[in-house]
Amino acid sequence: MIRVLSLIFVLSAVWLLLSGHYDTVFYGLGAVSVALTVWVSARMKVIDHEGHPFHIAGRVFIYFPWLFWEIIKSNIDVARRVLSPSLPISPRVFVVQASQKTAVGRTIYANSITLTPGTVTIDVRGSELEVHALTEASAEGIQSGVMDAHATRFEGTG
Amino acid sequence: MDASLDLVCWVLILVGGAFGITGGIGIVRMPSFFTRIHAAGMAETMCAPPILLAMMIQAGWSLVTFKLVLILIFLFLTSPTASHALAKAALHGGVPPVDPGADDR
Amino acid sequence: MFVAATVAILVTMVLAIVRTLLGPTVYDRILAVNMFGTKTVLLIAAIAFMSGRTDLLDIALVYALINFIGIVAVLKFFEYGEFSRGGRGRP
Repeated sequence: MIRVLSLIFVLSAVWLLLSGHYDTVFYGLGAVSVALTVWVSARMKVIDHEGHPFHIAGRVFIYFPWLFWEIIKSNIDVARRVLSPSLPISPRVFVVQASQKTAVGRTIYANSITLTPGTVTIDVRGSELEVHALTEASAEGIQSGVMDAHATRFEGTG
Repeated sequence: MDASLDLVCWVLILVGGAFGITGGIGIVRMPSFFTRIHAAGMAETMCAPPILLAMMIQAGWSLVTFKLVLILIFLFLTSPTASHALAKAALHGGVPPVDPGADDR
Repeated sequence: MFVAATVAILVTMVLAIVRTLLGPTVYDRILAVNMFGTKTVLLIAAIAFMSGRTDLLDIALVYALINFIGIVAVLKFFEYGEFSRGGRGRP
């Protein structure tokens, strides 16, 4: 129930900020839209810890700055390799274990790997992620497990 | 608008543009499909945020900034999903992930 | 300032088009088109700031969503050969 209220709050805020008009007609249209969206979501049974994971929202502000810093570092590395005339790449595929317990946590981890240039998650089988890495250094970066630990901390206990 | 803020915007736009063009060069230069994904990912993660950030600084605190933040969030949520879907579809479609002799001709 | 951003984005789009035309497999082409789409979002935003018509940002927002959905739909079509098939466990 608290997830439904939170979804209503988020949707209303997005409506008000995106429309930019504040009069009765737009309030009415917004209320109808929010009600319709929440009803359809409830019917699809997607308002659960997967579809609306607001319990991890607070830790976003710890995880994302770290992830951004990682992205910037690996971007500079990949850019250097792309621009160097000899194209020093050594693509490889390896399997890495995700230590997250929930599907949300594993999704966050897999997407973080994909978001970081130089590594892409190409397949997921249970808790095993198949990763394609552009270079040995970027493969070692994932295999060291630092990002895994950060994603597990972001996922939390429930 | 402050002159120093303008300078920050210029730097951000030049960084974003440089990474975008580098990603474009990468997508043309890279030898096989799975290596091209990395170049495209670079163009997506390092080209859009600095340019959108510069626009946010130019716009100041307004609804425009909120829309830019929303564009940034959408791009950041959808680009890894699209990359992963592409990689998985290519894998199932029979593109070899590691092929040292691969050539794009 | 945004003229510089537009020029950089356009150069990137030209390079993406080159890969779209060259791309040996269909996935290369989809990858390049996806990149072209995200750059289009940025281009619309830059044009919005150049012309001072920030309403265009709404279009950029919608384009970002449509681009993603379009790419996923095309990928699904090439993987399953149809749009209407459900995921695993769903008929």
